Amino acid sequence: MNFNLTFVGQIIAFAIFVWFCAKFVWPPLIGAIEERQKKIADGLDSADRAAKDLELAQHNATKKMQEAKVEAAAILEQANKRAAQIVDDAKLEAKQEGARLVAAAQSEVDKEINMAREELRQRVSELTLAGAEKILQTEIDEKKHSELLDKLAAEL
Amino acid sequence: MAAGQYENAGEYINHHLVNLTYGRLPAGTELCYGSGVADTTHWTFAGCASEAAAMGFMAFHVDSLMWAIGLGIFVMFFLYRAAQRASAGVPGKLQGFIEMLVEFINNNVKEVFHGRTASIAPIALTVFAWVFMMNLMKLVPVDLIPYPLELMGVEYQKIAATTDPNVTLGMAAFVLIMVVTLSIKVKGWGFVKELCLTPFNTWFLFPVNLFLELVGLLAKPVSLGLRLFGNMFAGEVIFLLIAALFAAGIFFLPLAAGLQVLWAIFHILVIVLQAFIFMILTVVYLAMAQEDH
Repeated sequence: MNFNLTFVGQIIAFAIFVWFCAKFVWPPLIGAIEERQKKIADGLDSADRAAKDLELAQHNATKKMQEAKVEAAAILEQANKRAAQIVDDAKLEAKQEGARLVAAAQSEVDKEINMAREELRQRVSELTLAGAEKILQTEIDEKKHSELLDKLAAEL
Repeated sequence: MAAGQYENAGEYINHHLVNLTYGRLPAGTELCYGSGVADTTHWTFAGCASEAAAMGFMAFHVDSLMWAIGLGIFVMFFLYRAAQRASAGVPGKLQGFIEMLVEFINNNVKEVFHGRTASIAPIALTVFAWVFMMNLMKLVPVDLIPYPLELMGVEYQKIAATTDPNVTLGMAAFVLIMVVTLSIKVKGWGFVKELCLTPFNTWFLFPVNLFLELVGLLAKPVSLGLRLFGNMFAGEVIFLLIAALFAAGIFFLPLAAGLQVLWAIFHILVIVLQAFIFMILTVVYLAMAQEDH
């Protein structure tokens, strides 16, 4: 255990090892570590970004779906309205047509009635004339009394 | 065990605390085992502790340097291989382990040092990995490597380099060199001013200031080196005592085995902790060197 040149030798050895370590060992090791740390940080970052993008896309999709639903509802409503209107129109037309038909039929009936009434009047006047002839046993001048007969027929 | 060769446990322990020393043996030194005196000054392996002591400063602890540099090269090679294969993709098992270590050290440095960590962190990594490996050698049973080497003729061998104060103080001295370099680089003349003008801010008292500041400056690395050395050396002595206990008789075997296991488990904690403390304090001192008071 003497103090001697070993001391100097150790200083030199230490210096050489420190130089070697600083030159050839430390930089590649710490470089690799730091590069990997950066890679991992980047990876986490992009994962974060992707998650955010996904969220945004989902949000967009939901919004679009909502819009589509609203639009669909509007279209449906419009269609319903339109259908109701068509039905209403049809009903109205049918009603009008019915009324028209009824009116036509009515007028036909009136015409028939009038014709029948006319005929009846004719017949009545004839019958009345014949009856009166028989009752009076005389010939009634048709021309003479036609005025009277017409008046009678008009009263019927 | 090997202790059987020694007269007593004290000799056994002393023998195991001597480094394999290669140095300049001055002329006139009394040689070991009564083989006369050295007639010329020459470089040689010390035969025993007294010869090593006679060599003084002009000597190397061959075992400490070999183990320290060998383990350093092993650690650096290991890290270098991982660094060459490092990629930003999915890491393999080796890369994962090394990156864990690197991140651990980087985080610790970041907490202490609020500057560009790239200049300090490699030092911290080197210190931690290297000191840990040197400390780890303590968990190798005390005679596993020295005894076969002794049979092959290598008298002394201490494989735990951090139990040698030269090693720990050498590392601390390098830390001091870096602290001073960094201080000058960051503060320029401000560093000299800081040494001369704190704590008493007058030019009259600058010798007192300089003395106080220099003591403060030197105390940091000295305590850094001695702390590691003290912890490791004390642990090593306990390991040697336990090893000596194995030789004390058959009745002590279970006790010695139990103690060995307990102390080794405890030391798993100590070696990591001491490596960590050495690293953190190195970073703290370097961080302090950059901060203005």
